[in-house]
Amino acid sequence: MAKEVRSIVITGNGTNCEREVANACRLAGAEVADIVHIAELLAGRVRLDDYHFLNLAGGFLDGDDLGSAKAGANRLRHAPVKGSAESLADQLYRFIEAGKLVMGVCNGFQLMVKMGLLPALDGDYRSQTATLTHNDSGRFEDRWTYLKVDPASPCIYTRGLTGIYLPVRHGEGKFLVREPQVLERIEAAHLAALKYCAADYNAPTMDYPLNPNGSTNAIAGVCDATGRIFGLMPHPEAYVHRTHHPRWTREEDLPEEGMGLWLYRNAVDFIRRELL
Amino acid sequence: MAWRIVVGLLDDVKDPRGERVRREIREHLGIELEQVRTLDVYTVDADLSEAEVEAAAAGPLSDPVIQRYAVNRPLARDFDVLIEVGFRPGVTDNVGRTAREAIQYLTGRPFAAGEAVYTSVQYLLKGKVDKAIAERIASGFLGNGLIQRWDIVTAAEFDQEKGVTITLPKVTGDARPEVREIDLDVADEALMQISRDGMLALNLDEMKTIQAHAIDPTFSQTRTAVGLGAKLTDVELEALAQTWSEHCKHKIFSARIDYEDEQGRKESINSLFKTYIVGATRDIRAAKGEKDFCLSVFKDNAGVIAFNEDWSVVFKVETHNSPSALDPYGGALTGIVGVNRDGMGTGMGARLIFNTDVFCFASPFYEKPLPPRLLHPRRIFEGVVEGVEHGGNKSGIPTVNGSIVFDERFAGKPLVYCGTASIMPRVLNGKPCHEKKVQVGDHIVMTGGRIGKDGIHGATFSSEELHEGSPVTAVQIGDPITQKRMFDFLLIARDRGLYSSITDNGAGGLSSSVGEMSEDTGGFELHLDRAPLKYPGLQPWEILISEAQERMTLAVPPEKLEEFIQLAREMDVEAVDLGVFTDSGYFHCLYEGRTVAYLPMEFLHGGVPQMVISAKWTPPKTAEPVFPVPADLGAELGKLLGRLNICSKESVIRRYDHEVQAGTVIKPLVGVANDGPSDAAVFRPLFDSFEGVVVSHGICPSYSDIDTYHMMACAIDEGLRNYVAVGGDIEHVAGLDNFCWCDPVKSEKTPDGEYKAAQLVRANKALYEYCVAFGVPLISGKDSMKNDYQIGDTKISIPPTVLFSVIGKIDDVRQAVSMDVKRPGDLVYLLGETRDECGGSEYYSELGFLGSNVPKVDAMTAFARYQALNAAQRQGLVRSCHDLSDGGLGVALAEKAFAGGYGLRVELEGMVVEGELRDDTLLFSESPSRLLVTVRPQERESFERLFAGQALACLGEVLDTPRLVVSRSGRTLLDVDINLLKEAWQAPLREL
Repeated sequence: MAKEVRSIVITGNGTNCEREVANACRLAGAEVADIVHIAELLAGRVRLDDYHFLNLAGGFLDGDDLGSAKAGANRLRHAPVKGSAESLADQLYRFIEAGKLVMGVCNGFQLMVKMGLLPALDGDYRSQTATLTHNDSGRFEDRWTYLKVDPASPCIYTRGLTGIYLPVRHGEGKFLVREPQVLERIEAAHLAALKYCAADYNAPTMDYPLNPNGSTNAIAGVCDATGRIFGLMPHPEAYVHRTHHPRWTREEDLPEEGMGLWLYRNAVDFIRRELL
Repeated sequence: MAWRIVVGLLDDVKDPRGERVRREIREHLGIELEQVRTLDVYTVDADLSEAEVEAAAAGPLSDPVIQRYAVNRPLARDFDVLIEVGFRPGVTDNVGRTAREAIQYLTGRPFAAGEAVYTSVQYLLKGKVDKAIAERIASGFLGNGLIQRWDIVTAAEFDQEKGVTITLPKVTGDARPEVREIDLDVADEALMQISRDGMLALNLDEMKTIQAHAIDPTFSQTRTAVGLGAKLTDVELEALAQTWSEHCKHKIFSARIDYEDEQGRKESINSLFKTYIVGATRDIRAAKGEKDFCLSVFKDNAGVIAFNEDWSVVFKVETHNSPSALDPYGGALTGIVGVNRDGMGTGMGARLIFNTDVFCFASPFYEKPLPPRLLHPRRIFEGVVEGVEHGGNKSGIPTVNGSIVFDERFAGKPLVYCGTASIMPRVLNGKPCHEKKVQVGDHIVMTGGRIGKDGIHGATFSSEELHEGSPVTAVQIGDPITQKRMFDFLLIARDRGLYSSITDNGAGGLSSSVGEMSEDTGGFELHLDRAPLKYPGLQPWEILISEAQERMTLAVPPEKLEEFIQLAREMDVEAVDLGVFTDSGYFHCLYEGRTVAYLPMEFLHGGVPQMVISAKWTPPKTAEPVFPVPADLGAELGKLLGRLNICSKESVIRRYDHEVQAGTVIKPLVGVANDGPSDAAVFRPLFDSFEGVVVSHGICPSYSDIDTYHMMACAIDEGLRNYVAVGGDIEHVAGLDNFCWCDPVKSEKTPDGEYKAAQLVRANKALYEYCVAFGVPLISGKDSMKNDYQIGDTKISIPPTVLFSVIGKIDDVRQAVSMDVKRPGDLVYLLGETRDECGGSEYYSELGFLGSNVPKVDAMTAFARYQALNAAQRQGLVRSCHDLSDGGLGVALAEKAFAGGYGLRVELEGMVVEGELRDDTLLFSESPSRLLVTVRPQERESFERLFAGQALACLGEVLDTPRLVVSRSGRTLLDVDINLLKEAWQAPLREL
């Protein structure tokens, strides 16, 4: 695996965007984009250590029955890996410590937040300090959103970008924190890399439906202080080709490549530059 | 003693669920409350330590950032009345199942048999509310008495120490497994009594056929050899009733029908299904010859057509009407996850790529008194929409196409059509993937969910028979996650070649799935006691016919059995070996080693006597209304746009994930503001190819009141013109028919049976003739024949309805076309001829008329038009294309304009018409096979050349001002702001 960028997408128990996420990784230049069922990881046949880029894809882990990704986070924390003394979470913490990349989209983002992987203030990846909960509308919604990038964010995925247009498809995307200082620290450290905004990508907005869920400070995506651990509610893997754009039949100057692919390309380039 | 964990939001956190409930209580019941807040309750009936329960409450069951919890003490405060709603015993509790799994991960040890987590919700109501009002809220909105129970406690009654104490909804009863023998050597009246009492739904003819078989001495000889008595067992009789049911045997579509038309001409039709449906496909395939793209039709759970050299596409649409009437949420959820299994159970199994859904409801704003036992149409609307939302979204399948049709008669029975397409390799492990065959000696393996009393005897049950502790049998709730796990597992097992055949357990359960699979080998031996159960106490016959969800049956070769079961275990899926397929010639079931059913396969599958139905067509007396042309046609257009059948369904569409899998190229909502109504969906299923699947449908029950022949023809044409509008290839397209009818068999209850049967015959004749004319083979379908409501003197029959679903191909999705106008200056063309055809139209209906001039399809000219349109699309000449349907030209012009954000100026004088037409007829006639297209001015000639000799008119152009201006010979018929039209179109269902 000397010069290969190796990405992995975990699937199972209700994850459902694994194929398009793997496709996005491949299009972005990753030599390996394996879709791996969690049973393979728990059986010890596949190890996270053999990869650089972990993708937690969208879906409905365990139906989101206990609140989005709650049961999924519980499984990762407690399910033992066969033939070892560790849980999958232990492998994950090691993966993060090794300076590798994790991106969670939608249900994957919810999973990361509920495990405490984000925002992970003070490098604590184990304590939950924020949450993602029911949209203000009380409904699941599928709609496209404009996202303003914070140019000062350490997020390696959004580097060089100013704004992107992506679909959201969720019922629980409202970002909330308990302690006001958590929010202050997120903002001060520019961890909220993506915020819902209007079509001009000018300023974050609380207006529905531009902000589709009533998210605090219009936060759509959050990274940790290293910028390598990143989660977002909108779906970058759902816009990797111009025909994904809802208005591709009328906007003639759309580039062939979709905006969502930029995030994956940044990740793959970073790995090639820093980790290989 | 069970633990009670109550979880609630912190005081300063918004409760959107409570808010939504408060809003809907106001909308549904007109009760205004100050506040509604909600609490989740987990009743954990398991041997756990206090520390373990604390950890579960603090961990997976609550969110530390926004919630708090209490164990064995209440959390509720600051309310006037509390309503706690939980499930009745035996009802699928998905959240409870997930909570149990979460606790098991936490403690590291599994629950013991009988241990479980039960969930319920507490609604804290504040405002002017007493117990009586709370009961209305509970029964009228929060709960459904069939599947749920509730406790109502006022603030004064509330026990501050203990909170609400409820009975555990545990299935109780100590029924011993028992096999009864049934004496069929009785008089006719007693035979029918047996059928009625057992809810077997067998008629006298059928009961007598069974009787004749059972009392034949040679029959009893074969039985003694296996240790059975001479009399039929309950297991056998139930298996016969299930196999011979209308649902499974399609007795009406297989019947001999003696049909007489309006001129007294008589004919005898031996099976509508074979004559018209199978017949059409047979003739079309023969005519297509080498170009035939059908791979598997009618014989499997779904139809299969070729997609390209390497892949094929599988499609099926089902209905789930009666269960949705009883429990809209569970019924619709079961409907969608049920049809998902049809794709997985076709051939060797397929990967699901998209869902479609079409609902028929009465108006959610229905204000008349409702007959007893009917749920309000608004509750049905809400429940069905939510059921399909959860079923589709949680399964990761995009819902890409659908519609909602409104007619007051659907109050009697809503129609819930759910469709699923899937994709499979043409060849798998060296064999065609769309084929399968059980081998003698293969093991019968059931996988997925467990068996409970769900769905026994489907919808024939009545709620009066429920009592405390008895599980609900007819209503089922789907479990998309258990199914998703199973599908993840099965696709891997398929690719590894671990089984030789697969089918789903839907209607009829194991009896149906094993019974049908065993036709390959000619027999089986099934051990009912080995089947995993949700709870003890099921009788052998119940295990055999239970329709409990999320189960597939497979034939697994003995040498693969261990690997198959091992893979299932690793992937958290249950798979159990229940017996073997044999060539004994017998349907053989055992319980604890003892034979409980032993029926010749031949009799079971071929023994049902053919029904004879009489049909007589007397055209209804209808007439065209006489009335002056309305003075303000702009106002008429506005009213039409606001009609339920035409208005925007955006609030529903957005609740469905229509983009997961990243293949939806033409989405349900298109245009400058992503809110215009798409005609059809284009889906790209493969990342390495730009080929696409195109899906659409046609449905027009309003024409049935005039003539079902033309209703059917129009539905076929509507499906096809939606399909070609986006670029679907008219040479590579298949159809799928779903008949929903009212009872067409003449009887005391149905005195007009002959007319209804004639309506059925006429629809079938049109189905054959138009499919052949368009060269569109039918690949699968379904019928639901008893869509009537009858209690006391009230009878409501639905209008005869056929959903004609269309699936086909576009060679390159980058050539797909959306319906919204694109640029000012583009030319507006109308393709097709407009005739005096307002009969059954939305326009007449708005004015309170039916009319008699029902739209008629001319397939020859339509087919040529669709071919020419395809050619224009391939050459990139079509900037936008929209079909004309409900509301005719006027509505299509308005939708095209506001979806694109530009106005239109059109002059109707050049329209191709038949005869002299009034202004309102030009605008609102629903003549079929018409489309509106916009074209760049510089491409005018190339475009027109393709339509030489066809009905084509350039009506005008796209404006850069937001006005729809329509004139006739220079006289302005209407001049309206498109934003006002859009508002009229968006307003009616915006808040639902």
